[in-house]
Amino acid sequence: MKYKNELKKAFQVSIPVMMGYCVLGFAFGLLLVSFEYPWYLAPIMSLFIYAGALQFVAINFFNAKAGMIDIAIASWFINIRQSFYGLSLLKRFKDTGKFKVYLIFGLTDETYALLTTIKDDESLNKRWYYFFLTALNQSYWFIGSTLGAIIGSNINFNTVGLEFSLTALFVVLCIEQYKNLRNFVPFVIGAVASIFALIFIPSDKMLIVSIIIALILMFTFKKRVENE
Amino acid sequence: MSNYEIYLAIAIMTIVNYFTRFFPFLFFRKNEVPFYILYIEKYFPPIIMSILIFYTLKDIDFSIQPYGLKEISGIIFTAVLHLSFKNYLISIFAGTIFYMGLVQYL
Repeated sequence: MKYKNELKKAFQVSIPVMMGYCVLGFAFGLLLVSFEYPWYLAPIMSLFIYAGALQFVAINFFNAKAGMIDIAIASWFINIRQSFYGLSLLKRFKDTGKFKVYLIFGLTDETYALLTTIKDDESLNKRWYYFFLTALNQSYWFIGSTLGAIIGSNINFNTVGLEFSLTALFVVLCIEQYKNLRNFVPFVIGAVASIFALIFIPSDKMLIVSIIIALILMFTFKKRVENE
Repeated sequence: MSNYEIYLAIAIMTIVNYFTRFFPFLFFRKNEVPFYILYIEKYFPPIIMSILIFYTLKDIDFSIQPYGLKEISGIIFTAVLHLSFKNYLISIFAGTIFYMGLVQYL
């Protein structure tokens, strides 16, 4: 194979992600079929959507029969952090030609982290190297979630409480965000907006209303947020 | 949701997700990034993560016994694990198993 070295190097770099994506993808597949959805939705979603947190939340959207506009807006805000990954990669992706469309599609948190930390090796063909790295990561997520869904629909065990994996995922992501930012104010805004929406808004509109209130609060208290 | 709606929802999420990742390549190739976009970029991710924690608990009734104590214990357990081991797989898995134990056996 012509680009064997690129594949080899990409595989080595991607090993930590393999662990994470296989396990987390497995949990996603398991959770999906625990609500009696067909197993093949897992590979379909992992192929087309390919976004961890959003895929987990998607299960809630299905359960809650969420409206399509609400889904679009909520998905946008859930993934908004990824809107800015590209900024630091504009230069890196410049000469990647026809792969660029896929490389941008595959910009998950972990792939972004790898792409921004690896050093460019002059002996490697950059576009193939990036492509393999992105595709390997997606394949781990794809395999993990498909296995989870297939195994989950064939083995019978008590899955009550499994949905807490989503809560746990966000608790972990929150802690990681705090470590980066060292600022409590955004978390307070998120909590205030959510508690207000939980109390006064029907639960199927809770997410979207919380997002809107939080946006209003964050611009009302902009000075407070930035000066912390 | 009906099958049709599920596929429609998946299509919408696919498009929106692609749009979010493509966003900077579309708009900020040359122009300066406006200040409010930078502001949202920096501070909205922690906000949405906190909102999502509450969102996952939206169907828990905190006014009746056991007042959401199982969920709160699960969250504290997960957070303590994450602060001590700093490994998100351990935190998520042990946290979920802990919670499943609470709701299945208590």
